[in-house]
Amino acid sequence: MTSLLRSAKSLLLLEFLSAFWLSIKYMVAPKVTINYPFEKGPLSPRFRGEHALRRYANGEERCIACKLCEAICPAQAITIEAEPREDGSRRTTRYDIDMTKCIYCGFCQEACPVDAIVEGPNFEFATETRAELMYDKDKLLANGERWEREIAMNIAADAPYR
Amino acid sequence: MVEAFYTWLIQTFELDPTAFLYFVSIVAMILVVTLPLLIAVAFIVYFDRKIWAAVQMRRGPNVVGPFGLLQSFADGMKLFLKETIIPAGANKVIFLLAPMITFTLALIAWAVIPFGEGMAIANLNVGILYVLAISSLGVYGIIMSGWASNSRYAFLGSLRSAAQMVSYEVSIGFVLVCVLMAVGSLNLSDVVLAQEGGVLNWYIWPFLPIYVIFFVSALAETNRPPFDLPEAEAELVAGYQVEYSSMAFALFFLGEYANILLMSAMMAILFFGGWYAPIEALDFIPGWIWLLIKTVFGFWMISMVKAFVPRYRYDQLMRLGWKVFLPISLFLVVFYAGVMLYAGWLPK
Repeated sequence: MTSLLRSAKSLLLLEFLSAFWLSIKYMVAPKVTINYPFEKGPLSPRFRGEHALRRYANGEERCIACKLCEAICPAQAITIEAEPREDGSRRTTRYDIDMTKCIYCGFCQEACPVDAIVEGPNFEFATETRAELMYDKDKLLANGERWEREIAMNIAADAPYR
Repeated sequence: MVEAFYTWLIQTFELDPTAFLYFVSIVAMILVVTLPLLIAVAFIVYFDRKIWAAVQMRRGPNVVGPFGLLQSFADGMKLFLKETIIPAGANKVIFLLAPMITFTLALIAWAVIPFGEGMAIANLNVGILYVLAISSLGVYGIIMSGWASNSRYAFLGSLRSAAQMVSYEVSIGFVLVCVLMAVGSLNLSDVVLAQEGGVLNWYIWPFLPIYVIFFVSALAETNRPPFDLPEAEAELVAGYQVEYSSMAFALFFLGEYANILLMSAMMAILFFGGWYAPIEALDFIPGWIWLLIKTVFGFWMISMVKAFVPRYRYDQLMRLGWKVFLPISLFLVVFYAGVMLYAGWLPK
């Protein structure tokens, strides 16, 4: 009896028809994907994207070349060279991040005592050549200028939980 | 269609009837069918991707052109600009011949498709046999490509494809026999003419089980999922297409979709009343539009199957073809023949 039922079921294509009906229902259902390049999903304030070096409001670089980020970086993607400036304050002469090595763990921004190196909300920085991913200090400072508003907002939004 | 155009040419431009003029009208009619067909194939690829995306609640191509309509043309352009890579171990002549054969065979089958009353390039009296013969020849393109590629994956894929197409052609043959018994003619126009008079006279109603067998066999015949074993991305990479790039690949791709479209058109002609409107009040819409609508509907069903059916294993495929469809279609041939003989419905 069971086998009879089963063969009747498969001969009448019942499962096929119910699957057809189900997929028709899904076909007219609203799309769940967002229209990506034109429409983006929300990002957490803690999102760890492209790196940036920030400045103080008066235009002074935040980074004091303590090299904590270089020390903590698990991928050893950060290279820093530093010497005293003419006014005696200690500043970096070289701050390179190899973005091909970086694993976006966020330890650098956690280690930074002055919130200089941060990972901003930008995740669309694909390049056409590998060389373009070797970020230097100029590039990082430019990122800082470009994303300062978003970075400051994200830091403020995350501050109560730290 | 050719004759009509030929006489129209002679009468309008007051030309002398010559063999050359007849040749010109044949070529003109071929272009009239082929060019829209190729454009239709481009849109049907887009349609396929959109349906597949919709079932998975994705958006599908929507960037190139309005609603992504030009996506296929962009893809075609990309393929056109790429290099045709010929493997060092390949047999160059056969390697390049195979996609041409596939593509040509996919197109020439359309010669007998009636787009309206008297609107077929060749109104053959053996139209159905012609379509069957052409789709059987399609195996050659595939097996030649697999052999000439000199690659294991391609060869395995083409072997599978050849075995699969041959197996399912048998049951397609029996399906067609049932319809032919009801029509009494092998001419595709006659098949449609026999279904005149609205939706209730269509062959889908009396021949529903036959239609199901034809539908599934058409999937296998055109290597569509769930019977896309020749391609089997996971095991055979892309089967017989694996060594192909650029326009050679594009020809395979176009040929494949032209074949799928042909099978949808055959479904429309054999079971959905071809160029006839479903109710007579809608007769003012030209017949070729009805055929187009029905073909697209058939393609929609083929496309939906791709979205929800998992791929068959090879032995299951062969079991289905030889142990299920062949006996059932044989039984149905006998059954329909008996019923028609008993009830006196056989055509004179």
